[in-house]
Amino acid sequence: MSTAHVLLGVLAGGPAHGYDLKREHDARLPGAKPLAYGQVYATLARLERDGQVEVAATEGGSGPERTVYAISEVGEEVLLDWLATPEQPGPYAAEELVRKTVTALRLHRDARPFLAAQRALHLERMRALVAEQRAAPDVEARIALDHTIVHLDADLRWLDDAAARVADEGNALR
Amino acid sequence: MTSTDGSGATALLRAHALHKSFGRTEALRGASVEVAAGEVVALTGPSGSGKSTLLLCLAGVLRPEAGSVAYDGSRLDDLPEATRTRLRRREFGLVLQFGQLVPELSAVQNVMVPLLLERHGRAAARTAALAWLDRLGAAGLADALPGDLSGGESQRVAMARALVTGPSVVFADEPTGSLDRVSGEDVMEVLVSTAQSTGAAVVLVTHDNRVAAYADREVVLRDGAVDDPAVVR
Ligand SMILES: Nc1ncnc2c1ncn2[C@@H]1O[C@H](COP(=O)(O)OP(=O)(O)OP(=O)(O)O)[C@@H](O)[C@H]1O
Ligand SMILES: [Mg+2]
Repeated sequence: MSTAHVLLGVLAGGPAHGYDLKREHDARLPGAKPLAYGQVYATLARLERDGQVEVAATEGGSGPERTVYAISEVGEEVLLDWLATPEQPGPYAAEELVRKTVTALRLHRDARPFLAAQRALHLERMRALVAEQRAAPDVEARIALDHTIVHLDADLRWLDDAAARVADEGNALR
Repeated sequence: MTSTDGSGATALLRAHALHKSFGRTEALRGASVEVAAGEVVALTGPSGSGKSTLLLCLAGVLRPEAGSVAYDGSRLDDLPEATRTRLRRREFGLVLQFGQLVPELSAVQNVMVPLLLERHGRAAARTAALAWLDRLGAAGLADALPGDLSGGESQRVAMARALVTGPSVVFADEPTGSLDRVSGEDVMEVLVSTAQSTGAAVVLVTHDNRVAAYADREVVLRDGAVDDPAVVR
């Protein structure tokens, strides 16, 4: 689940409290729904159970809100794997693309290979949809496909804009 | 006559490590691309990445300063101007964003031009031109002047002009760039299905992902070369 990956991404920058994680998550993804504390602690508990995070310190007393969490080696592997894997294009993939790209950039990783691989996968899907549309028997079918195509196109344009912004940033840093 | 890139496949058109500058602007910096017979390839990438320059080098309109362009096994960039022009007229068709029709000539006369340049008789040229206009759904426009045509109509006429000589490769630079999506779709449908039925390859430049999706393959350009995200900046 991707909220977990974003939290792992924050922890890859250094150990943090649940409170910091929530704040950083919401700051990184300003367009997304803010995380509830309950969700943060539930996710951390699951990550701890799966060995992806560890308790780095507890500050006086018990309870998750006093605990500092750190990413484990297993957690790092899971995170890097997530960052490198393009998403299956579809109506629910869009937010995940944003999560992944922003997380990679925050970790100063080169997001371009991911963006390029994702573009290739999206365009492949677009090719299939356009082929389907060209073969569509009637205008109703074409109209229905238009809706999917236009949304996929929005993701593709976002991927291109992201790649252009990353390239600009790279040029500015050179 | 062996291929040095190890691809094995016989490309109809092969550009290798092209460099092309305009003054101090390096439009192409080592761009390479191959096109197989009958293949539809989309050149995409940000503005200024060199798409149009690459297309014009492939089409033999521009001559690169370094690198090679081979068509059907022979070097295009080495040919004397006159030979290259002749080959281009016979083997290639070119469609640009705004049709680029001769404004003083009617639609059918525009389509006849490439045939007349190839010394076909007027009557035969006219018959062939009318047949192509008809095939592209533009028969009714034969006597119209370009100024009176809509964007989509102009593109159909420009495509008839590009296809009338039976080219092996059709080059199209943003053929739908000035059209709305549904008109653009019509133009692409006509271009791709006609190319398919004549066996012509198509190289097209586009900013539109839906248009790129008509191609069998996409080549992404960035900074004058084919984008290789594996190269760390
Ligand atoms: N005839 C010319 N004279 C001067 N500069 C040129 C010429 N043609 C292209 N350039 C420059 O070369 C670079 C690449 O241009 P090119 O037209 O190939 O890009 P493009 O990818 O087609 O861009 P666009 O998507 O905006 O059409 C640009 O910086 C452009 O300004
Ligand atoms: Mg251009």
